[in-house]
Amino acid sequence: MKIFNVKKEIIENKKVSADCYKMTFESKEIACRVKPGQFLHIKCSDTYDPLLRRPISIHSIKNNVIGILYKVVGRGTGLLSKKTSGDPIDVIGPLGNGFDYQLLANCQLPILVGGGIGIAPLYFLAQRLTEQCSNITVLIGASNKCNILCIDEFKKLDCKVKVSTDDGSDGINGTVVDLLKKELVPENSKLKTQNLKLKIFTCGPVPMLRQVHQLVSKYNVSSQVSLERQMACGIGACMGCTIKTQNHPESLRDKTQNYKQVCKDGPVFDIKEIVWEDI
Amino acid sequence: MKHISLDINIAGIKMKNPVIAASGTFGYGLEYSQLIDINFFGAIVTKTITLEPRIGNPQPRIVEVASGMLNSIGLQNPGAKVFIEEKLPKLKGYGVPIIANISGSKEAEFVKLADLLKDMGLSGLELNISCPNVEHAGLFAQDADTTYKLVRKVRKVTSLPLIVKLTPNVTDITLIARASEDAGADAISLINTLIGMSIDIQTKMPKLANVIGGLSGPAVKPVALRMVYEVSKKVRIPVIGMGGIMTSEDSIEFLLAGASAVAIGTANFVNPNTCCEIIEGIKTYMKANSFNKISDITGKLK
Ligand SMILES: Cc1cc2nc3c(=O)[nH]c(=O)nc-3n(C[C@H](O)[C@H](O)[C@H](O)COP(=O)(O)OP(=O)(O)OC[C@H]3O[C@@H](n4cnc5c(N)ncnc54)[C@H](O)[C@@H]3O)c2cc1C
Ligand SMILES: Cc1cc2nc3c(=O)[nH]c(=O)nc-3n(C[C@H](O)[C@H](O)[C@H](O)COP(=O)(O)O)c2cc1C
Ligand code: FES
Repeated sequence: MKIFNVKKEIIENKKVSADCYKMTFESKEIACRVKPGQFLHIKCSDTYDPLLRRPISIHSIKNNVIGILYKVVGRGTGLLSKKTSGDPIDVIGPLGNGFDYQLLANCQLPILVGGGIGIAPLYFLAQRLTEQCSNITVLIGASNKCNILCIDEFKKLDCKVKVSTDDGSDGINGTVVDLLKKELVPENSKLKTQNLKLKIFTCGPVPMLRQVHQLVSKYNVSSQVSLERQMACGIGACMGCTIKTQNHPESLRDKTQNYKQVCKDGPVFDIKEIVWEDI
Repeated sequence: MKHISLDINIAGIKMKNPVIAASGTFGYGLEYSQLIDINFFGAIVTKTITLEPRIGNPQPRIVEVASGMLNSIGLQNPGAKVFIEEKLPKLKGYGVPIIANISGSKEAEFVKLADLLKDMGLSGLELNISCPNVEHAGLFAQDADTTYKLVRKVRKVTSLPLIVKLTPNVTDITLIARASEDAGADAISLINTLIGMSIDIQTKMPKLANVIGGLSGPAVKPVALRMVYEVSKKVRIPVIGMGGIMTSEDSIEFLLAGASAVAIGTANFVNPNTCCEIIEGIKTYMKANSFNKISDITGKLK
């Protein structure tokens, strides 16, 4: 797969919530090859502070315009948020494997489950899923009403959007896992009679993903998860981002087979593949 | 105007320029080939290979610190067999000298590995002796005697150009360098990472699961430069300098201090095009200073 290091001009970098920003720039090279779930490795500074790039998912693609949605959590994302339109941006991408979002025709319903900033890659996924199906459910979890992201964007794509907040200021009072529970439990029988299967795509903080894993294991629903790790190279060269995966058939001979690289083999994994106790 | 040449010959390894990809930062070369033309490098040193596969250290393995990074990868690698059967054939397809970096926890492992790799079409071997020696306390490279014995044994089984890579975590690096030369090494490379640590004051836990890790990047450059300077005065064999090189200016400092070539590690992560930019920068510098070949710069510190 071809990967590009491009230097582009920022079209727009605007604040979308208390601590989240959306940035856009044009890159034909990346836009015409990228898949939902893939990410960019972004240089946040021209100095050695911070030194390393920061991995950020692709949030949207419109024509050749790439959008990222990011939360300011430290120095790198802080510097990114200070950039304005016309400033240069240096990105490497597309990186990683991306979601396997091919649906079985007429018998698979996608549910997108995003916690906090974890919603970022799911919007691009929804953009692509609309090409295949019209009944996408999106479950958005946030700490409170002010931090809910992308609700209007998903609605514009005709997705069925449900919201949860930790303080009950919008949607249900609870977590996005509670929302998912509701999707799985009552409709399970209905889905069965209609011969429909769910396909879940999720991203968010690890404690949430762990609960999603428990839930979908119980109901045996096919699920893909996008994970994060501290990264240096982002391209599979440094072994910095490994994650433990379930026993590989070859692992008796070679234990390294049980470790995958989040940057190259991921960031998207089948939820069953991950050894959740190890994260 | 005279022709400017960047060609060098280090210990019999012919390179079209003195810029090498440092071990562990360039995988087996193939990963970066999707992004850049890896043929621009003078040579590529592979990630450390051990006889048996290694799973490495627990996560987190990487943390950023001021002007650098700490890593505790722990030599994760698929082992000699996979390297020979799967990685090397693809790597050899490129027109760039490949140097295999090898390590082990016992002398015998180094020797066996060097023996296995002797007729594989490699351009050279680099011994990573900055690793714990299970038969004695400490790292191989922390003791001149141990280093001498190890290099001597490896020397006997291979006629490939032999580079010994030194750790800066010693009291006097020149002693280890001398021991390597005396034992038959063809070149010395330095420095490997400097041991360091970092703490999260909120959780009160070390930021690396392994507690300590190796520091690399611009933060280590002054230390690396000093060591290259000291070592190159004490040995006759060529020195490959590395540690925090980000630009052509950094590279030229190492050459002036006595290095015959330089290696680029952490900078590859930040700017995958570093190698090309350094080559261009060195050329410009040579023109401006009327240097015709790299050896004109080496050790020209006034
Ligand atoms: C594949 C991938 C995709 C990502 N996509 C997005 C995205 O679309 N939007 C977004 O806002 N963030 C995303 N992240 C997380 C983002 O990379 C980190 O928030 C960012 O690197 C923090 O950099 P900083 O310099 O601002 O913070 P730092 O000062 O480096 O760290 C501040 C805090 O953030 C944590 N942190 C740092 N790096 C990471 C990381 N890679 N993963 C998790 N926590 C980290 C640190 O442990 C620390 O607690 C993604 C991460 C990965 C691996
Ligand atoms: C992530 C990472 C992994 C490394 N792995 C190895 C290794 O496997 N073997 C080795 O000899 N050196 C290894 N090194 C050390 C580098 O080759 C180099 O000596 C050191 O990083 C200093 O150079 P730099 O500052 O340019 O990175 C590693 C360095 C980093 C940053
Ligand atoms: S970040 Fe380097 S291998 Fe994944």
